[in-house]
Amino acid sequence: MSNPRPIAIQNARIVDPGSGYDGPGAVIVTEGVIAEVARTATIANLSADIEIIDAASAMLIPGLIDLRVKTGEPGSEPKETLKSASRAAAAGGVTSIVLQPDTDPAIDDPAMVDFILRRARDIEGVHVYPAGACTQGLEGERMAEIGLMHEAGAVYFTDADRSIGDSKVLRRVLSYARGFNALVAHRPADPYLTAGACATEGELAGRLGLAGAPAIAERIMLERDLALAELTGARLLVDQITTADALETLARAKAKGIKVVASASINHLRFNEVDIGDYRTFYRLDPPLRTEADRQALIDALASGLIDVVVSAHAPAPAEDKRLPFSESTPGAVGLETLLPALLAFHHEERVPLIDLIRAVTIAPARLLGLSAGRIAKGAPADLVLCDLDAPVRIDADKLQSKSKNSPFDGRMLQGQVRLTLVDGRTAFQLA
Amino acid sequence: MDSAPRDGSDIEQLIAERAFRFPSRHFLSVAKLTRPDADALLNLADAFVGLNRRPEKKISTLRGHTLVNLFFEASTRTQSSFELAGKRLGADTVNMSPRTSSMTKGETLIDTAMTLNAMKPDILIVRHSASGAADLLAQKVSCSVVNAGDGGHEHPTQALLDALTLRRAFGDVAGLTVAICGDVLHSRVARSNVGLLQLLGAHVRLVGPPTLMPSGAADWGVEVFHDMKAGLRDVDVVMMLRLQLERMDGAFVPSTREYFRYWGLDAEKLAYARPGVKVMHPGPMNRGVEIDSGVADDPAVSLIQDQVEMGVAARMAVLASLAARLDNGPAAGGV
Repeated sequence: MSNPRPIAIQNARIVDPGSGYDGPGAVIVTEGVIAEVARTATIANLSADIEIIDAASAMLIPGLIDLRVKTGEPGSEPKETLKSASRAAAAGGVTSIVLQPDTDPAIDDPAMVDFILRRARDIEGVHVYPAGACTQGLEGERMAEIGLMHEAGAVYFTDADRSIGDSKVLRRVLSYARGFNALVAHRPADPYLTAGACATEGELAGRLGLAGAPAIAERIMLERDLALAELTGARLLVDQITTADALETLARAKAKGIKVVASASINHLRFNEVDIGDYRTFYRLDPPLRTEADRQALIDALASGLIDVVVSAHAPAPAEDKRLPFSESTPGAVGLETLLPALLAFHHEERVPLIDLIRAVTIAPARLLGLSAGRIAKGAPADLVLCDLDAPVRIDADKLQSKSKNSPFDGRMLQGQVRLTLVDGRTAFQLA
Repeated sequence: MDSAPRDGSDIEQLIAERAFRFPSRHFLSVAKLTRPDADALLNLADAFVGLNRRPEKKISTLRGHTLVNLFFEASTRTQSSFELAGKRLGADTVNMSPRTSSMTKGETLIDTAMTLNAMKPDILIVRHSASGAADLLAQKVSCSVVNAGDGGHEHPTQALLDALTLRRAFGDVAGLTVAICGDVLHSRVARSNVGLLQLLGAHVRLVGPPTLMPSGAADWGVEVFHDMKAGLRDVDVVMMLRLQLERMDGAFVPSTREYFRYWGLDAEKLAYARPGVKVMHPGPMNRGVEIDSGVADDPAVSLIQDQVEMGVAARMAVLASLAARLDNGPAAGGV
């Protein structure tokens, strides 16, 4: 799958939020790096041994960087392995993934960080970066080895789906992480208000007889998290904001100058609680789906830049974990292969400018993690995606590369077909 | 309505006249019933009341059919009510309580259902502690599924028997004001009753402490009261709900005695209702917690024993009308 020869991609529409450029262009890739970027359709005087790819006006973007991905490796390999997740990512135009630490065993020490990085090197797929746990065993009590994991290559710290209820613990995690200038991600969900819930409290959950948590549980925890970020001066990533109420809180904190960024999952941007319908477990997510008003507020926040990053929240769950009564099913959805076309829907619906959508999955997460990827610039890694912006795609869950097929987009029509994915100049995916 | 004595053949004639084909393969929720469906089911159930009161109670509507009671949650009343209903219609009935067998060995709900499905039952009656469990089963099996209670979602045959009880006590459900009182939050009985009573033209009130009221209840087209005396003012019917005792100990309400003081039904609170008020309870009752024995046992106001009787008739109506869909053979006519 490697490309020893230099490659020229010509006749492309380059969309590069890093430089703010959206227009005709061509690039030359040599030895895994972008050697030249031209803002013209073609590049003259190409050497004879170069492989020329005619983009035929397709969109050329930096490979996507997905900050929130779960696989089943180690611990639950039948759900998803690094290899299958990597294939899914490449097929979806995602060239870097950040793994959540809630594996079995958890990524809560430097040996586990090292293990993941070595496994990823063996696979030679997309770039894999582990996130480390904030607390040992993700139990929210004792701090994990944040410094050593940071040094070993953990790109940020999080207890994944769990909120740290004890304010003293989170305060120490934030203070300590600040010493390493490490980024801490935290899920804003009051653990007491959300305990046992599988839906958002309201008319719908009440009628379906599903235990609901009030949406305000998100704002309550976010207010505290932001106060602690202010107190400690640490960098905080709000993991998957979902409610209009919390967005107001976030906007105030940003205006005040608190060092906070926020992510939103593509699922909460595309679906609302009504999609649960007759107990469809593929729409059981964590956080649960919200009202349409919340979803609209989330889209507005993406358009305004209040939300910095969009994630797939890829969470594979095999059929046996989903073919259960709603409250007993495992939350989560796969999303690596659908992230890009689902995000492009906001361009096709004329809700958010194309370049802003691409920013939230490329240069924004790259800057957050300090990666040199996420841009189409001379010297940057040749992580590139060629995508037919308008091509219709029908999502067929059975044909997804993930080992688990729990896609809420199953059967839906989207637009945006990935034709080619390069990772360090290697062809990681090519449309048949 | 049909309380006038009839001889045996008259009743069977009446049942045949009122034979009804259930509108869908499964009975999972009252939400999918139309007014004519509900009326037809109640008319048929009414005829079965007559049958159940004569010495020879067994007919052959379901002869040759197999009925499986699949109760993942313990229930004496509902399970025996369905069992009797099936037997009186001539079906072979089997009771299964998987909570004591394979479910504990890691077999899932779907596995159990698929196993039973392979034994070719005609009707599967399911009770499960998770909302939506009956829906899920219905998607996976080839027989008819009757929801006998799924978590906090619905218990549609309970609503049907309550409507039958009310129709026989008042002549008509339309225009009645019914207060459903107690733990509405966790109650499938409340949800099914709200739906069916509204379909039949009753005014529905929900009464209970704020901690036991679903947050969206005000959008259900009902009036919500937290003060029981205000909630009972001028009502025709008080429908009490069972309160799980484990929810009493400071979790949702501070104590049993405090609950009884404010939301337990006693003669004093009942006096706010309209003269001739009737009291209902789906059972089993927590006497002295949600209802005072003096009220529960007062034949002038209590319909609680009638509800049990109507339960068998209402379930016979559901089973017979589902069977009418199952085949177009001789059993389809009803008798």
